[in-house]
Amino acid sequence: MYVAVKGGEKAIDNAHAWLSEERRGDLAIEELSSDQIKEQLSLAVNRVMAEGSLYDPDLAALAIKQSRGDLIEAIFLLRAYRTTLPRFGCSNAVDTDRMTCIRRISATFKDAPGGQVLGPTFDYTHRLLDFKLAADGEITDVPMATEPLSSEIPHITSFLNTEGLIQQEPNTQSEPQDLTREPLELPASRALRLQSLTRGDEGFILGMAYSTQRGYARNHAFVGELRIGKVSVELDIPELGFSIDIGEIEVTECETVNQFAGSKTEPPQFTRGYGLVFGQSERKSIAMALVDRALRWRELGEDNLGAPAQDEEFVLYHSDNIQATGFLEHIKLPHYVDFQSELELIRKLRREAEGFTQSKEAAE
Amino acid sequence: MNEYNFAYLDEQTKRMIRRAILKGLAIPGYQVPFASREMPMPYGWGTGGVQVSAATLTPKDTLKVIDQGADDTTNAISIRKFFQKTANVEVTEVTKDATVIQTRHRIPETDLSDEQILVYQVPIPEPLRFLEPSEPETRKMHALEEYGLMHVKLYEDISKHGAIATSYAYPVKVEGRYVMDPSPIPKFDNPKMEMSAIQLFGAGREQRIYALPPYTKVVSLDFEDYPFEASKAEHSCELCGSHNSYLDEVIVDDTGGRIFVCSDTDYCSSQQKIIKEAV
Repeated sequence: MYVAVKGGEKAIDNAHAWLSEERRGDLAIEELSSDQIKEQLSLAVNRVMAEGSLYDPDLAALAIKQSRGDLIEAIFLLRAYRTTLPRFGCSNAVDTDRMTCIRRISATFKDAPGGQVLGPTFDYTHRLLDFKLAADGEITDVPMATEPLSSEIPHITSFLNTEGLIQQEPNTQSEPQDLTREPLELPASRALRLQSLTRGDEGFILGMAYSTQRGYARNHAFVGELRIGKVSVELDIPELGFSIDIGEIEVTECETVNQFAGSKTEPPQFTRGYGLVFGQSERKSIAMALVDRALRWRELGEDNLGAPAQDEEFVLYHSDNIQATGFLEHIKLPHYVDFQSELELIRKLRREAEGFTQSKEAAE
Repeated sequence: MNEYNFAYLDEQTKRMIRRAILKGLAIPGYQVPFASREMPMPYGWGTGGVQVSAATLTPKDTLKVIDQGADDTTNAISIRKFFQKTANVEVTEVTKDATVIQTRHRIPETDLSDEQILVYQVPIPEPLRFLEPSEPETRKMHALEEYGLMHVKLYEDISKHGAIATSYAYPVKVEGRYVMDPSPIPKFDNPKMEMSAIQLFGAGREQRIYALPPYTKVVSLDFEDYPFEASKAEHSCELCGSHNSYLDEVIVDDTGGRIFVCSDTDYCSSQQKIIKEAV
């Protein structure tokens, strides 16, 4: 005899206990600290902060620990925490000209004021597993630069600007909408699109950007400049009448210079794509710049080629991995009721189809 | 739990949601965009319903949460626990004792009263979505009351299958104006939507809220010669014997044996009690 399954509550509690046990792993192995994650898995921390839309390396590290290294789960933890925080203002736009760079490269000019600075990059490492690292990760002497980098490094695109070769970006001076406090309505402003892209899933944005390179709305991008470093965040305090520095964040900025033959409305000139992401997030910021550029077709009078990366609605509605993973995974929740109604329908349609075949045979 | 505000969301957010609810009630069936928040449960788990419940609940309320009609499905338990923890409200499994009922995929069998609010969890609020993927387009279609595409779809179903091949989330027309998605309830539940209670629909991921005030006219779309039919399994409940409640099919052995039981667990146990008392 069937007895309705009770005890879901106990099952949930036990599942959570088991989950904690799995997270901790073998007790004979030393426990991982949040500080270790923050210091030694910093690129994971950066991704969690960027897609979690919250700049807090300590909380991001904790989220990674709690989520057993599942970064989307960690991003989700950070987002859910972020919801509970009050929004107390809109900072001034960060001045990336005054970034204290640890890396700054240009693919368009061999040298430029400020110089090329490689910084801590994987770019020219040979991807050979370092078996020594398994036993001993201590580092040997690291040489120090003899003089510091200039405190103000001009943007490469500003050199093209003086010649009028690159399209100007208007400064709207207006406070952008906040994607997390207002429902997304289309068409979205560029500021809103960029907000959405910077917190979008790295894999999704990468795939979209890659598709433009392979010909789906190709936009001939060069990395005009990529820079990583710290910028200060300033907030206007109305009571004081001036802005104050409220902290420093590390960001990665990418400006692409895109070939552009001109359109019905715009003269031939270089155009730009823009990426700005929390932390060292090079892949993400380059990808973001490419997708940004692809989404600007309307404003530049280009043709809509029907490519996915040109479709604002497609990109913005599907880039958020917390929304995507939630809706994807929810199909594992109970759907008995819907499935039952489908069962009834299929049985009914089959009965009718069989009846139809039989009557047809009888008629023949 | 003192770290969070009553019912988790801060008062400003709840006000924003209440405004959307009021707008929804003023324009029955119209999808009101709202700034959905990230909740501590995943999208798809009922974040829209949870936000609507959070904005609706007062400390005096009694909450019931059901999923697939049942109070003891894991996600119903999880949401109920969430509100016990964050709002410290009374909870119940008894339909008539609840003032707020959050549901996924069912309308309770017991008639609701004008003292009650039914909150639905909605995955895709747009009834036209699978006919037209673009949101600006579907909003335009609603604005112009351009529902021809939907009727064509239903017609094509009939010409292909001899019947309208939609068994849940069956579209309805509200007060002769908006075509609305009733959330994925079985079409068996559609006629119940003309009721005394307030019905609120929350879609978190899609950032939409819509509503039906009490006694709103809700008509399931159909054709004169192919009228709408609220169907269910042609059996009665194995446990309480009810003929007119919606049934779940349960596989009981590996030789194809199956029984049918009420999906509404509270209704089923109350029916069983009546039978026991009568004996």
